[in-house]
Amino acid sequence: MEQPAVKGQKVAFVKPHVREEWIGRIYTTLCILFLIVTIVAIVYFVASKGLSTFFKNGVNIGDLLTGLKWNPEGEPPLFGALPFIFGSFSTSLLAALIAAPLGCCAAIFMTQIMPGVGRKYLQPVIELLAGIPSVVYGFVGLSVIVPMLRAIFPGQGIGIMAGSLVLAVMILPTITTIATDALAALPSGLKEGSFALGATRWQTIYRIVIPTTLPALLTGVVLGMSRAFGEALAVQMVIGNAPHIPRSLFESTSTLTSAITLSMGNTITGSAHNNALWSLALILLTMTFIFVFIVRVLERRNHR
Amino acid sequence: MKKMLLLVVAVMLTIGLAACGSSNNANNSTNQGAGETNNGGAEELSGSILAVGSTALQPLVDQVSKKFMETNPGVTIQVQGGGSGTGLTQVAGGQAQIGNSDIFAEEKFKDADAALAEGLVDHQVAVVAMSTVVNKDVGIDSLTKQQLVDIFTGKVTNWKDVGGVDEKITIINRPSSSGTRKTFETYALGTKTEDLQGSIQEDSSGTVKKLVGETPGAIGYLALSYLDDSVKTVKYDGVEASEATVIDGSYPVWAYEHMYTKGEPDAATAAFLAYMLTDEVQNADVTELGYIPVNKMQVKRDVDGNVTK
Repeated sequence: MEQPAVKGQKVAFVKPHVREEWIGRIYTTLCILFLIVTIVAIVYFVASKGLSTFFKNGVNIGDLLTGLKWNPEGEPPLFGALPFIFGSFSTSLLAALIAAPLGCCAAIFMTQIMPGVGRKYLQPVIELLAGIPSVVYGFVGLSVIVPMLRAIFPGQGIGIMAGSLVLAVMILPTITTIATDALAALPSGLKEGSFALGATRWQTIYRIVIPTTLPALLTGVVLGMSRAFGEALAVQMVIGNAPHIPRSLFESTSTLTSAITLSMGNTITGSAHNNALWSLALILLTMTFIFVFIVRVLERRNHR
Repeated sequence: MKKMLLLVVAVMLTIGLAACGSSNNANNSTNQGAGETNNGGAEELSGSILAVGSTALQPLVDQVSKKFMETNPGVTIQVQGGGSGTGLTQVAGGQAQIGNSDIFAEEKFKDADAALAEGLVDHQVAVVAMSTVVNKDVGIDSLTKQQLVDIFTGKVTNWKDVGGVDEKITIINRPSSSGTRKTFETYALGTKTEDLQGSIQEDSSGTVKKLVGETPGAIGYLALSYLDDSVKTVKYDGVEASEATVIDGSYPVWAYEHMYTKGEPDAATAAFLAYMLTDEVQNADVTELGYIPVNKMQVKRDVDGNVTK
């Protein structure tokens, strides 16, 4: 097959490397166009569905964002999504608070303290966590974490705390991987300079290494948070899904994602309830854009 | 060089296919298996059927469809979950041949969407009964309708007020959009309820059973096929939920499982729906999977909930 092709090239009117160049360019352009079309289509779809709650069903946007009562099947239907927004923020923030120290310490261990063992064994193990399906996390949460919390704290065990613990494990690989890459990319001169001045290893880590890589570490934490924000299934299983702002960390509440997954299949496309769920999805999408924006800002600081 | 060209072609094909993918679903009834020989003597059926909807009905339809496809090799049946709302939307929109639902289409398509329910033909294939279940430690074995209403509306929050132990009541409910919850509210409580502060909403029966079994003071409701020793079933107004009490009409908390078609079904779909109602299926697969055969029922119920003998 290759022989005639080579022969044919002799009479080709463009030089082979020029043709190669063009094929590469066309191929990449097509891929990029496809990606752009997909993203624009998704955003358009979610936005058009989500905004029809306000334009078609006449729900006030302020009521949706600040309302405390969610009862879309009631008479009259009420669409107050504040409990979900609160639930999403509190679970993902708490998850990030739990996972950030663990992830950053693991990264420091793997790059500064025991690079050999750490990168060879610990890193694959932590990255393995990213490959476990979320339903498994949810089930482990429901079978292990919820009964444990129920035994130790007052309440049902279900709630923000259980959700955050499950999410913390889920976002650990994201934070650890980004932190490890950032720490490994640190110019060795900085560390050696610090050692040369007589600083101990710990002094070097917390006076030199962490401050220099802080924007990158924060990038990892924010990316982890956005992952936690969007996670649905595992959280839905352990959070209880009551559309109320909870009175404690151990009381049933909802997140944006759990409210969507719980009811999307049961509602009729185009009904007010269904459109309201799309509005929740739109809020979620907007939040993800904000997270991406924060990451961008942090990265810019990192490169300065 | 050629490899590169192939790659470009492959990418373009992928994009093309992705673009066509959505429209392909719409015309699923293309004839297939035209060349197959016919052994049975009757006219051979061919075509493909897409049945979408209720996850409660999915295992039954799935199992029966496999048997049906064995005897009718020309027919392909695809069974998908997604929920009753999805099933009804898709069958009304023509994307699926059959829409599986836990509740009447008229109950789901309300107000502005009511017109959508008109073209749909109801095929009731099984009956599902639900029992109230509680955690084993609450010390209750019968609840009246009024007591249930008080519990699910939050008037009663401790088991000792309904004759049980001194333990806080934890409600394990279904999401407000769920067909199972709708059935429970309509036929057991007779009233709509709101999601209370501190109550738990779960969609899957397995999770509900697990939570009721493990959470002290928990109450929930489950289809009869899910009942086992991990939870305690509670009598409703003194009547035990069982196949016999549902069939003779003395236990009211049950609902039909519906398979909707848009207008009259085509030959293959009609044959499949007829097969669902044969004794071969009703007395074997239906009972085996914990549903109650629809043709055994001594009472009938219409959309408005009127029960007739």
